[in-house]
Amino acid sequence: MEEGSDKQIGSSTNEEGNANADSQPDTAPAPVVSPSAEEPHSETKRKIDVLLKAVGDTPIMKTKKWTIERTRSVQGLMDFIKKFLKLDAAEQIFIYVNQSFAPSPDQEVGTLYECFGSDGKLVLHYCKSQAWG
Amino acid sequence: MTDDKDVLRDVWFGRIPTCFTLYQDELTEREAEPYYLLLPRISYLTLVTDKVKKHFQKVMRTEDISEIWFEFEGIPLKWHYPIGLLFDLHASNTSLPWSITVHFKNFPAKDLLHCQSKDVIEAHFMSSVKEADALKHKSQVINEMQKKDHKQLWMGLQNDKFEQFWAINRKLMEVPPEDGGFRYIPFRIYQAINERPFIQKLFRPVANDGRPYTLGDLIREVCPAAVPAEDEEKKYQVMIHGIEPMLETPVQWLSEHLSYPDNFLHISIIPQPTD
Repeated sequence: MEEGSDKQIGSSTNEEGNANADSQPDTAPAPVVSPSAEEPHSETKRKIDVLLKAVGDTPIMKTKKWTIERTRSVQGLMDFIKKFLKLDAAEQIFIYVNQSFAPSPDQEVGTLYECFGSDGKLVLHYCKSQAWG
Repeated sequence: MTDDKDVLRDVWFGRIPTCFTLYQDELTEREAEPYYLLLPRISYLTLVTDKVKKHFQKVMRTEDISEIWFEFEGIPLKWHYPIGLLFDLHASNTSLPWSITVHFKNFPAKDLLHCQSKDVIEAHFMSSVKEADALKHKSQVINEMQKKDHKQLWMGLQNDKFEQFWAINRKLMEVPPEDGGFRYIPFRIYQAINERPFIQKLFRPVANDGRPYTLGDLIREVCPAAVPAEDEEKKYQVMIHGIEPMLETPVQWLSEHLSYPDNFLHISIIPQPTD
């Protein structure tokens, strides 16, 4: 398991709970890198940097920059933020790319990074209510 | 020669004859007859199955009904994928009518998103349109539209009104004449055998030397295993809207004509039938 200088979502630096319930445990081998070379060079880096920014009256996270596995889903990220902010299970978290659209919960953050990342990171806004219709 | 506008109509009015059957373990008070429906390829399962739901609920007790979901040969069908994509990906080369099993219990929350109302479908659809325009025009076209234009796109899809939808959607398909194409082509490539939901990357429609990129270029770049080498037998089909477009087709043309209403090209890569 590689260790970056940034906080890692799903690692035990959080609480002992199952913050990564939706994905393989961190000790699992790297997600299968398809030999069909779907990802010519970028897959060499298994994790990506994500900057999480709060919108409106949604509580901010002290740590803004996180390292996340590419294969983690948007839903997994939403669950993590909810847990981190200690929100009720019934409360919702919305995530936005480019302050414009809400990616589908089953989309992988790695895909968003490929298409909408810049300067080596993906900026995501999160909000407790719908921020951008 | 066929007008390209006819292609838009053909895509819009594509239908899949479908037979819905209630799952055998659902409790009913009377026998549940199968229900037949022509499903619009471009729409979403939960948007066009009110009649199916009513039909089966008639023979069931209220307490035995929770959120409806659909399954084909053991695969839960994602309502947030367009119907045509679900069929191409999971049911191409099977016999018609498409046989879908209806469930009212044991919602598979790890495979499917909840869909409690039409608003959820609308939000998902509009987000996809916005994401596509972020790729095509840096969001400039969608942001210049008014709220009522967004609504018209959705209502056009919901009510199956081709003219109403395309009166607005044509703006999203516009290309500045000096550019020769969108900034990037909004596409997603799905493989039934792949664990990952889909592949989506930045792909430009035109090469630096001005040559238009083709579907073959796109597949070779993103999913090379799907294109046979010269001396190799064809192992996969590259499918959009139930057809295999020629690999020489420019991706810009495909994007303008074969995109789903969410403005994405949904491309399925499936094993070549062996018969």
